[in-house]
Amino acid sequence: MPVGAVIEFSNITKRFGDVTAVDDLSFTVEPGRVTGFLGPNGAGKTTTLRMLLGLVSPSSGTATFGGLRYHDLPHPLATVGAALEAASFHPGRTARNHLAICATAAGLPSARVAEVLHLVGLAEHGGQRAGVYSLGMRQRLGLACTLLGDPGVLVLDEPINGLDPEGIKWIRGFLRDMAAEGRTVLVSSHLLSEVQQSVDDVIIIAKGRLVHRGPLSSLETQVAPQVVVDSPDRAALASALSQAGVAFSPGRTGLLAAATDPATIGHIAFTAGVEVSALHRQKKGLEDAFLALVDGGDSL
Amino acid sequence: MTMLLRAIRAEFAKLLTTRIWWILAAVLFGYIGMLSGGLAALFAGIQSGAIDPSAAGTGTGTQGTPPLGSLPPLVYSFASSVGYVFPVLLGALATTGEFRHQTLTPTFLANPRRAQVLGAKVITLFLAGAAFGAIALLASVGIGALVINAFGVDTLLGDSATWSLIGRTVIAMALWAAVGVGLGVLVPSQVASIVIVLAFTQFVEPLLRFASMFTEATAGIATFLPGAASDALVGASIFTMAGPVGGATSTLDWWQGGLVLLAYAAAATVGGYFVSWRRDVT
Ligand SMILES: Nc1ncnc2c1ncn2[C@@H]1O[C@H](COP(=O)(O)OP(=O)(O)OP(=O)(O)O)[C@@H](O)[C@H]1O
Ligand SMILES: [Mg+2]
Repeated sequence: MPVGAVIEFSNITKRFGDVTAVDDLSFTVEPGRVTGFLGPNGAGKTTTLRMLLGLVSPSSGTATFGGLRYHDLPHPLATVGAALEAASFHPGRTARNHLAICATAAGLPSARVAEVLHLVGLAEHGGQRAGVYSLGMRQRLGLACTLLGDPGVLVLDEPINGLDPEGIKWIRGFLRDMAAEGRTVLVSSHLLSEVQQSVDDVIIIAKGRLVHRGPLSSLETQVAPQVVVDSPDRAALASALSQAGVAFSPGRTGLLAAATDPATIGHIAFTAGVEVSALHRQKKGLEDAFLALVDGGDSL
Repeated sequence: MTMLLRAIRAEFAKLLTTRIWWILAAVLFGYIGMLSGGLAALFAGIQSGAIDPSAAGTGTGTQGTPPLGSLPPLVYSFASSVGYVFPVLLGALATTGEFRHQTLTPTFLANPRRAQVLGAKVITLFLAGAAFGAIALLASVGIGALVINAFGVDTLLGDSATWSLIGRTVIAMALWAAVGVGLGVLVPSQVASIVIVLAFTQFVEPLLRFASMFTEATAGIATFLPGAASDALVGASIFTMAGPVGGATSTLDWWQGGLVLLAYAAAATVGGYFVSWRRDVT
């Protein structure tokens, strides 16, 4: 079983002329876990991953796999499998030939080509030219490339973009399995909700800067818990909440009360004799926390 | 070493898994075959007396026809003197295609040693250019000799000089493909690259070479133009025969021509490495 290596970014910075795309980022990504690398459009995710993979040279700082830069890995594809956003294939080349070329260049056995095509569900389409592939099929082909060398580290840039619901379900399971086998899995996305179900840790950047890192649960503590409550008589509900000393604000589907437990709000309404038509915990807590964190980032 | 071999095998696979190589090869064969067959028929017809020179086109008479004995090498050399644009295009397309289709990303992920990848590409295209040379010769010598023979003119195929011309043509075509790779990294925009190849080979250089023949000094400089160097390497060309009457015609030795062409390929490739190849892939 391939073992994952620790990915380490230390003080990595990239400037394109006047634009600082990535600004002094430092963080580590551990094996055996799925790490979500999140940020709004233009936050610098792709640039950071390209620096990790030696495709873009950092203005300063380093990015390494178990202490080695990508360029210094003795067997890059057998160590790291990377699929970058807008995976690039020659439109006139078949998927099978594309994979065979990668395998040849990396010195991997050509028998792997059929195996990985099968793994990503493209076995029947291997002979088609990549130019006729749909976005989802290209994503799968990109993923097939990452698996060629059965690497211990996976670096995937927006792998969920363009996948159908079945594909999304499949890739979530796939990411979990990979991490469970002890591999390092780094997945970028501009939507927390897209990866929320599969990540253990999150790294959030905005405007090229680190704004949050930690386990997914650490995000929950970032937002005050809220309970959504509604009544046919909102005015009565509002005064009942005020009298009980609960802060609240008007929301789209009712009042947003600052409370952890819906039961406490229910009790307040009950004792005030106010009819309740809706009562539940605010579910979008994580997404809100994410948005609050990246807000300074002027998402596009 | 095994790493370089691997890289070369990958480059060959890249070249052979898209359609451009055989499209170019087919057009090369057809174009050179028609030109060699047609001109061989015209000149051999005149030489053998089968065609009346005054009926042959513009009425310049026998002035434009080559002296007896030089016709076969002239016809055979069409393979490179006219066909050289094809290996250049092949090399340029193979290189600029990587930028255009963003395949540099998978390429550099599989092999992050970029200089090695570029070296492998040059070697691969050099060999592919040699194959293009063989295809072009199949057209110019194959069809040309058939026609020449049909008019009862000596094909000179028993002559060792003819065979060394054939061998040098293969080398020239191989070098031209390497020049194409160099151009491709120097000018990674595919459209710009193609425009430069076509404009330079079909228009700029022929014009420069023709104009330079009127004085000694410019003629000397013009021998270092890539097309002139290639013709010197091959040893016969339509240009060296179609100059203005009494004009200065100096050429390099064949090996000097080869070195000049090699220098163009090397300079463009090394320059292109710094201009585009080692840059950020975004
Ligand atoms: N080659 C380049 N030249 C100049 N600026 C660039 C280049 N590549 C990226 N940038 C800039 O760097 C910043 C970060 O871009 P990047 O693609 O890394 O963001 P991202 O987080 O991947 O965004 P998205 O979610 O849209 O994929 C952007 O402002 C972008 O305009
Ligand atoms: Mg991106």
